[in-house]
Amino acid sequence: MKLPGAERAARVGLTDAEYVRIVELVGREPGDLELDLFGVMWSEHCSYKTSRPLLSLFPTTGAAVLQGPGENAGIVDIGDGLAVVMKVESHNHPSAVEPYQGAATGSGGIIRDIFTMGARPIAMLDSLRFGDLGETRQRSLFRGVVKGIGDYDNCMGIPTVAGEVGFDDSYAGNCLVNAMCVGIIRHGDIKRGAATGVGNPVILVGATTGRDGMGGASFASVDLTAASQERKSAVQVGDPFLEKLLLEACLELFRTDAVVGIQDLGAAGLTSASCETAARGGVGIDLDVALVPRREDGMVPAEVMISESQERMLVIARQGREEEVQCIFDKWGLNAAVIGRVTDDGMLTIRNGDVVVGLVPAKALAEQAPLRHPEAVRPAWQDDLLDLDVTRLPQQDDWTGTLTVLLGTLTIASKEWVYRQYDSVVRTNTVIGPGSDAAVLRVDGTDHGIALTIDGSGRMCLLDPATGAAMAVAEAARNLVCSGAKPLALTDCLNFGNPEKPEVFWQFSQAVMGMSDACRKLGIPVIGGNVSFYNETGASAIMPTPVVGMVGVVEDLANICRQGFGEPGSVVVLLGANTDELGGSEYVRLATGRTAGRVPLLDLEREKEVQDLCLTGIRRGLIRSAHDVSDGGLSVTLAESCISGQTGADLSLPAGIRPDALLFGEAPSRIVVTVGAGDLQALVDAAVEMGVPIAVLGTTGGALLNIDVSGKSLVRAPVVDLAAAWSDSLPQVMSV
Amino acid sequence: MRFAVAVFPGSNCDIDAYRALHDVLGRDVEYLWHRETDLSGFDGVILPGGFSYGDYLRPGAIARFAPLMEAVVRFAGRGGMVLGICNGFQLLTEAGLLPGALLRNRDLTFLCDTVPVRVENADTVFTRCCQAGQVLRLPIAHSDGNYAVDAATLAVMEQQGQVILRYCAPDGTVDEQHNPNGSVANIAGIINGQGNVAGMMPHPERAAEELLGGADGLFILQSMVQELERRQHEASRC
Repeated sequence: MKLPGAERAARVGLTDAEYVRIVELVGREPGDLELDLFGVMWSEHCSYKTSRPLLSLFPTTGAAVLQGPGENAGIVDIGDGLAVVMKVESHNHPSAVEPYQGAATGSGGIIRDIFTMGARPIAMLDSLRFGDLGETRQRSLFRGVVKGIGDYDNCMGIPTVAGEVGFDDSYAGNCLVNAMCVGIIRHGDIKRGAATGVGNPVILVGATTGRDGMGGASFASVDLTAASQERKSAVQVGDPFLEKLLLEACLELFRTDAVVGIQDLGAAGLTSASCETAARGGVGIDLDVALVPRREDGMVPAEVMISESQERMLVIARQGREEEVQCIFDKWGLNAAVIGRVTDDGMLTIRNGDVVVGLVPAKALAEQAPLRHPEAVRPAWQDDLLDLDVTRLPQQDDWTGTLTVLLGTLTIASKEWVYRQYDSVVRTNTVIGPGSDAAVLRVDGTDHGIALTIDGSGRMCLLDPATGAAMAVAEAARNLVCSGAKPLALTDCLNFGNPEKPEVFWQFSQAVMGMSDACRKLGIPVIGGNVSFYNETGASAIMPTPVVGMVGVVEDLANICRQGFGEPGSVVVLLGANTDELGGSEYVRLATGRTAGRVPLLDLEREKEVQDLCLTGIRRGLIRSAHDVSDGGLSVTLAESCISGQTGADLSLPAGIRPDALLFGEAPSRIVVTVGAGDLQALVDAAVEMGVPIAVLGTTGGALLNIDVSGKSLVRAPVVDLAAAWSDSLPQVMSV
Repeated sequence: MRFAVAVFPGSNCDIDAYRALHDVLGRDVEYLWHRETDLSGFDGVILPGGFSYGDYLRPGAIARFAPLMEAVVRFAGRGGMVLGICNGFQLLTEAGLLPGALLRNRDLTFLCDTVPVRVENADTVFTRCCQAGQVLRLPIAHSDGNYAVDAATLAVMEQQGQVILRYCAPDGTVDEQHNPNGSVANIAGIINGQGNVAGMMPHPERAAEELLGGADGLFILQSMVQELERRQHEASRC
């Protein structure tokens, strides 16, 4: 039996069954405006109806966790009465349509998520993916996204301290733009997005409301098509200056005690901010759209409710303190309009002047979207991907040439072209900026620091979603450890295709299980995150790409490490063991044009031991530099350490492994460190005690990188030549 | 000795300047909101970097009309020391306190880096702690740092030693290859004819601690502090 409302449901992107549920929850057929609200709030983007059941697998608690998932951002204790607030979020769909504004508003949205918790934003990170930069369209997307991020973050005065960029054809139709913001806060100053106190005023502050970003949440919940390019009205327009004022005004407001709850207006705009704050507080909100300051004439109530105009916040203030709030926003030249009151009926009541135009339970909108449990089926083509006979890889003898080519591969090459466009040092706390394994920031007024990194997995995750996703967690933690930090917590952004396809949902469920496993074994809780589905164009989905943002604590800023080899004469030591695995490597892609093979084994216990040894060595002041083995394998790691340290090295690798796997295999759980000759024994002793295999590879110095195996030189090249290949590649491509 | 750090809507290196002067050099510093009109009691003024008024129109074009700037113009007219850094430099040229203008960078992109700059004139109140020809490593971070000025004015500036900093190679060689933004004559910093107002695109306040990668900026900030101490000392003798 077809329901009369089924077509109406389809119009707002909902199913028949969801419509039936709406009728039950509301107790009648919803009006058009009410249905619009359900359309955006029950979209995948806002409701997580497909991903939520699986996300509950993540470990989300721990002694240091002050706020787990469910709020605008997660919060973790870093000692000294201080805490880090962080979250990563995708802005993939808008960026694919309008790269500059899409990326800029991605920054704007995530920054608001952080200061809405009461925190001062102190760092930005980004994880980006594009197609082949040989194509004009991809270069234009890349250039636009980088400029969008730079213009927004730079103007905000928040340093962009780290990031990563990868390239693969699967992202050609769906670039990935994941932005992460990190803030710092005193424990007692944490604000939450809950409305409480019947009669308290609901105040909309910041920018005016217009028709930009209409239905952005629904837009993000379907595949991108040719028609999407016409949907530029679904992309918001950012104004970082206005957001800077909003940030300072809000932080000034928080120094009073006039605020009981606050939430930024992101996806689904006023609708989500009002129903979510009401639902969290167990109250209702009664608001009048006629009181909303607008930038356009003729907007109907539904447009006001779902507009995603940027740089707005919803403040629930204490009754009688309205003038005080007004006064602060006046000072910063911003609007502050009382648009409603907190009520005790649990309803979101929407008026247009005297007329009630919408009346629905706030909880129904915010929390009661029916969960979906799509089918997960391992793709039939998965075995084809794994099929790789490494013994049949092309034989070769020019290992130096291959290393040089790999160094110039865009995924591996220097990203200085990108990060030179970002102010990475504003606020003068950046101790280690972009271009090392992790960024390190000083924590104001202490000797401590925090380390930050963002790492995504694409290739490995395509071949084995569970292991690949676990590798992203392991690598992020390893990067932090290489800087001298103990990993503390993570935030994730899970970028996948259309979950209604069983193959994609299999990838997603595998990845979540793999990540959960890694988080548990490494002892790192997930304190928040974001899921981005429907990253598809036509028939092709992106490689499954879980992205992990992680924070760690540096006990003493005197003991930190960079990736570049330090003083000449340092001893180069490999922590962990090489393997003969080549699957999924950049090298295989270079040699065969395929992302293929079985991914290397990830032994999380070994991983933890290697990380513990590295951290111990750094904290004891033994280790002078540390760089983990990842894209491109051991030889790329060694070359990068030479390039960053502007020194050569004369090295000899343990024999017994095929040369291609030894040089270019991407087995995890390996870190290349340097120590002073006098400290070598102490490091060896520590390794023995902790049961970690290590190998002395040689010493730094000179102008050449030389790598011997069994007395034969496989790689021998001036570091300046390797540096040129690594540094010039991206600028050259972008100068076309 | 009291420093004022101006705060315009959109300033964001105000905190950098405050920290370098207060936390590192232990000086009295106060933030001054753009609506303030009174600089009495202050001995030095820092116009900080950032994006005052969002750089709408062009950098510094709106901030120049802030009430505080009227006070800064009077303060400079009385011989008060004013240092404009980055957006502050742009603002000083817009306000007519310094000659020339800052155009969009040659490569049209924002540029964040740490670069060598050569001290061209060490006989100024902003560079007194430096040696002539000394190479400082200072951070830059800007979109509009391409200094431009007409040839006649430039000739006068060069002759009077008003060019105080130039972008250069690590060994001090000044050439086009080491000109990050296209500035005429590699100019990174200048002073006015009276010698009490300076503007520079590099950020000395961001180079005040070795932990953060270098402390060469202190040569500039200490020069200001020394001059203000000298003035205080003279005043107390009168």
